[in-house]
Formats: sequence, C-alpha cells, structure tokens
Amino acid sequence: MSDIYALFRHSLAGLRVLVAATLLVGVAYPLAVYGVAAVAAPWQAHGSLVTATGAHTTDASEAVGSVVLGQLVEGDLAGDLFRPRPSAAGDGYDPLSTSGSNLGPESPELVAAIRQRRAEVAAREGVEPAQVPPDAVTASASGLDPDISPAYAELQVPRVARATGLAEEQVRRLVAEHTSDRTWGVLGEPRVDVLELNLAVLAGS
Amino acid sequence: MSAVGPALAQVLLLALALAAAVPLLGRHLAHVYTSPRHLAVERASYRLLRVDPDADQHWRAYAMSVLGFSLAGVLALYGFGRLQAHLPLSLGFAGLPADGAWNTAVSFVTNTNWQWYAGEATVGHLFQMSGLTVQNFVSAGVGMAVAAAFARGLARSHRDGRVGNFWADLVRTVVRVLLPISLVAAVVLVLSGAVQNLLEPMTVHTLTGGVQQITGGPVASQEAIKELGTNGGGFYNVNSAHPFENPTPFTNLLEIFLLLLIPFAMAWAFGLIVGDRRQGGAVLSVMGVLWGGSVALLTWAEMAGPGTAPGLAGGAMEGKEVRFGEAASALFASSTTGTSTGAVNSMHDSLTAPGGGVAMFNMMLGEVAPGGVGSGLYGMLMLAVLTVFLAGLMVGRTPEYLGKKIGQHEIVLVALYVLATPVLVLTGVAVAVTAHAGLAGLQESGPHGLSEALYAVTSAANNNGSAFAGLSSGTPFWNTLLGLLMLIGRFVPIVLVLALAGRFAAQRQLPPGAGTLPTHRPLFVVLLTGVAVVVVGLTYVPVLVLGPIAESLS
Repeated sequence: MSDIYALFRHSLAGLRVLVAATLLVGVAYPLAVYGVAAVAAPWQAHGSLVTATGAHTTDASEAVGSVVLGQLVEGDLAGDLFRPRPSAAGDGYDPLSTSGSNLGPESPELVAAIRQRRAEVAAREGVEPAQVPPDAVTASASGLDPDISPAYAELQVPRVARATGLAEEQVRRLVAEHTSDRTWGVLGEPRVDVLELNLAVLAGS
Repeated sequence: MSAVGPALAQVLLLALALAAAVPLLGRHLAHVYTSPRHLAVERASYRLLRVDPDADQHWRAYAMSVLGFSLAGVLALYGFGRLQAHLPLSLGFAGLPADGAWNTAVSFVTNTNWQWYAGEATVGHLFQMSGLTVQNFVSAGVGMAVAAAFARGLARSHRDGRVGNFWADLVRTVVRVLLPISLVAAVVLVLSGAVQNLLEPMTVHTLTGGVQQITGGPVASQEAIKELGTNGGGFYNVNSAHPFENPTPFTNLLEIFLLLLIPFAMAWAFGLIVGDRRQGGAVLSVMGVLWGGSVALLTWAEMAGPGTAPGLAGGAMEGKEVRFGEAASALFASSTTGTSTGAVNSMHDSLTAPGGGVAMFNMMLGEVAPGGVGSGLYGMLMLAVLTVFLAGLMVGRTPEYLGKKIGQHEIVLVALYVLATPVLVLTGVAVAVTAHAGLAGLQESGPHGLSEALYAVTSAANNNGSAFAGLSSGTPFWNTLLGLLMLIGRFVPIVLVLALAGRFAAQRQLPPGAGTLPTHRPLFVVLLTGVAVVVVGLTYVPVLVLGPIAESLS
C-alpha cells in the first residue's frame, strides 16, 4: 500500500515536471526554431518551393513543386521530360501517403515488378534492357525521391532531345548543370534533381 | 552504385567528428551528473515544481521517481492522443483509437518510438510538437539519468544505497545537454532544407498538370531531438528517408552523428565519474568495436547486393534514396539499430537478407553498440559485471568490478537483466506467429514473414522502434502486444539496474588486490565483446536461423 502511495506521490511530482517540460521543449523550443527559420531560411522552412521559371517562392499557389520532393511526370508533356524513379507513395509521389514498397529481397512481387519496369524503361528509351540502371527499376524509400542517378539521366538524354528538338549535347549540358556530386567528394551519391532538370529543359525548348 | 572509396571515407569522417566531440561532451556530462551546484533557472523551477533537488535518493525512491514520472507521461500522452481532434493544429485528424493511443504513449515514453501510424495521415502538428517531441526529450533524459545513477553507485562507497536525485538528473539533462544541442542542430537542418512551419498541406499544380499536396509541420525541431535522444520517431511515415526530414547527404551524416554522439559520450563520462578515465575508454572501445563491425558487415551486404531482386535490379536500391545510395543507407541502418534509435533513411524490410540480419542482431545485442542514450551505457555495464563474474569463475579470481564485490545478490540482478529481454522477444514472437491476428499483419510468407514478426518484437522489447514496415502493425493485436513488450522491456531492466546501483553504493570500495581482474586492459575489451556476442548468439541463433539466415541461403 505504501508503495502505491509513493508511486502516486512521485507521479504527481512527475506531472508537474512534465507540464514544465512541455512549455519549455514542447512549445518554446519548436517556436524558437520556427522563429529563427522564418528569418534565416524562410524558403527552406516552407518546403523549398519553386515556380515554373525556377524562382524560389513560399507561395504554393504560384509553385510547381518542391525541389527537394519528387513529383509524378505524366500526361501529354511527359514524353518531353525526364522521368523520376518508381514510387510506392500512394498512387505515386503522394506526400500524404509516403511509403517504400517494403518488399523483401526474395519477394516474387518485387522480382516481377523489376522485370516489368526494366522492359518498360528499355522500350521507352529505345535501349537494351541490360543498360537500365538500378534506380530506374526500384522504388525509393520515401516514395518522394527527388533525384535520379546520372546514369538514368544519361539514358534518357536521347529521348528528351528528340522530343524537345534540342541537341543531345545541349540536353547533356543541362544534365551536367543539375548534377550534384558527392558532398565534399565523399558523402552520399552523385545525383540529378529531376524537377530542376525538367524546368531547365522546358526553359530551353 | 556506391563506390568503395567514398563509402570508407564517409565512415572515417564520421569517426573523426565523433572522436573530436565525444571527449568534450563526455566531460560536460560528467560535470552535469556530479556537480552540486544548480543553475539559477533550475533552482527557480525546482521551487516552482516543489521537488527537492538536493535529496540524495535511495535507489528505491529513485526508481519510484522514474516510474512515477513515466506513468504520468503515459497517461498524459494517451489523453493527448485521444483528444487531439478537439485541440488546435490537429489538421482535421480524429482522435487516436484506444489501442493506438496506448501503443504510441508507451512507445514514446519508453524511448522506443515504434510507430503503428503514418505521421502525415494520423497526427496533427500540436500532438507532434507538444506531445511526442516532449517525450523525445524527457524519455532520453530518463535513460541518461538511470545511467548516471548507476555510474554514481559504482563510484560511491558506504552510501546506504543512495544513488543521487532523479529530478535534478532529469532537469539538468534536458536544460544543459539536450536542449542546447537540439537548437543548434535544428537550425542547421532547416538551413539545409528541412521544413519548419505550422502549415496545413499546401496544394501545388505540378509541371505536368497534376496536383501534389506539400506537407508541412514543425519537422526540424523534432528531427534534431529524435536523433540526439536516440528516439527515432519520424514526423512522417518514411522517417529520415523523407526529404523534408533528411534533405541532403550532409544532413544524413549530421543525423548519424547526432544519434551516436551521446551514447559514446556517456561512456566517456562514466570513466570520469568513477575516477578512472581508462574504465570509460574500455567500455567505449567495446561499443566502438561492435558498432564498427556491424557497419562493415551491413555496408558489405548492401553494396554487394546478394539476393534475387537486388541481382535483377543491378543493385540493392529498392527502398533506398538516390542521394544516400547503398553505403550511406547502410551506415545509417547499422547506427540506428546499434543505438536504440530506430529512425530509418532506407526501408529495412527491403534490406538484403544478411543486411537485415545484421540490423536485427544489433538490436538483439540489447542496444549496447553503442546503445541508446543512457541505456547503452547501463546495458554495457551490466554485461561488464557479467564478464567479470564469468572471468572470475574461469580462473578462480574474486569477481569484483571497480572495487565492488559481485556476490550472489548482484549476479542474480545481472542474470535477470540479461534474461529479461530475450524472454520478452522469444515469447512475443511465439505469440505473434501462433495467433491469427498476429499472422494477419505479415506482408510476406516464409522466412521473410518470420523476419517481419521477429524484427517487430525485437525492436519493441529492446526499445529500438525501427521496423520491417511491410508488417501492418496498426491493429489492436499488434498495438497491444508491442505496447506491453515496450513497457516491460524498458522498466524491468531499469529497476534491476537501479537495484544493482543501490547495492554497489552501499558497499565499501575495495582496493584492487592481486586477484583483481583489471577492467581497463585490451584483454577485458576482448572478453566483454565476446560475452556480448556470445550471450546474444546463444539466445537467438535458433530463431535467426529460421528467419534471415534461411532467407540468405534460399
């Protein structure tokens, strides 16, 4: 009985400490970060949105997307543009339903999906199936991967050039301009931001 | 796609950053947990909260404070979750269901951060920042406080079972350690592209005429403490794979650095608290060896890409982001499971079979490589006591650790500690795979299905929180089972640790004699590493054979 009473007493003290902690790290701390972000990096804090001309904006109504999030490339314009990776987020690139496929390495479903994607990408780009790089046939972790590998971008250069009427060299130069190398030469992987690249392609064509 | 050179270089860079920061933070931590002086703001808050920060608590009182504080936390967070629909910034989401609110409350209070829900589709901004973020801070504080109490128990002599003051430990940890580092880290994250706002999802019209909802939220502030406190609960469903949580390879390394920083620094602080830096060095070495080994194995597995699907795709990129690739994903995966973090930047369910096995083994080690903030240190020290005892049996030396005798009572506490989690894991997985409601959650059949269940119960009982996310765990069965595992897996070990701390504090400190096994030499590091691996190996080999090992061989 005395143990129960002691626990009750300690819980009351705990509740008081919890309330104080909530005010400090549950309200003051996130708002402080909010305040600093609003002054020092409002664009990033609002989701790194860009307009059709590639200009930074914090107004969603004039934005075409976020440069740190991938988006679906579909419809009439899709043939002219670089394609992102397969996505398992909702119906594809849905930030309200982020997800990977979570399929294991021996999953028959994943094996079938990879075969099908390889054939589709090869047919679309007019290349041998063996040339299709890994990121083109696998779904990302977030379902929102903004990037593709330089190899997948290179694979798509001839098609984009044909479709837009740009010279292949010109498209290749745009790819190079939007390729980020490893940070400090070692961190992460070389990558191409698909939205930024596509904005450049549209501006150029 | 990853190349070997950069893969090695980024591990080296991380190791260098840790080597520079750990001694500094370790010294700060030792001061925090031993200084008799309070900051003015702390003293004012103690008075306001009516707690006595100078009472040297008996281990029982200390444990009562831990349990009472955590009970208050569970009840408050449960109520918060149930009522979120009626609170501001709820984004229109309904209150959590009873089983879900229970699971989440326990999950965040126990520093596990298992998530049955998808953040962007279930919980509003206020619950995230004033409910979950708060527990990210204080549950980390609880773990660190218990570790500090254990270190003080070893350092003291003849103190009648008194191990310090929980409230002072907790408040100091939050005010002097977690908050300042989180503030700096959160700002760096925002500057690098993480979001920090209170907006509802914004509609944009995409380049090809589609519609995309851009989500917002106070993400950066939660992200910083989520890694620093080895919590791991993502703001969004996909956790640190989400570009708004982890936008660049630089933020990726920063987040890995944050989640390893305090666990290693606690070992350094331990050496200073017990008055012999070499003792902390030995513990730190064991943590480093185990962590390094798992990084090497997991990186090898993901870069080699064994298995049918990775072979067909030409690389293990399913469930990974291009900006991280295989190497930075493997580094994150081994660090998040070696600490009790459980954040993920790749989907662990899609790791190669050996890679997923290493992640699981890391958690099975009991989160000691280097473990959670606090829990890593006390877990490793329990194993150190066990090692001393085993070595004593082998060579007939008196089992004593840092001048404290390991008698019958002490070794019983250690044995219970070592057995508690495996009993939970193995019982839990047995219940899960024999119940219809358990099997119903599995995405895949065969060995990978067992791995999904095994990973979940291992993650819960060891307070990790990462998942093979193919498992649909948001059902009353899984929510209840995993909630129980998290609760028992956190607080039974903590009470045993505090009981042992009290025993040690009451003992006289014996001077080392001719029969004492030195616990700061390389020999002891090797022994302790061996004990950690062998104890786990013997316990879990059968179930690992049926899961990831069978899958590797198929």
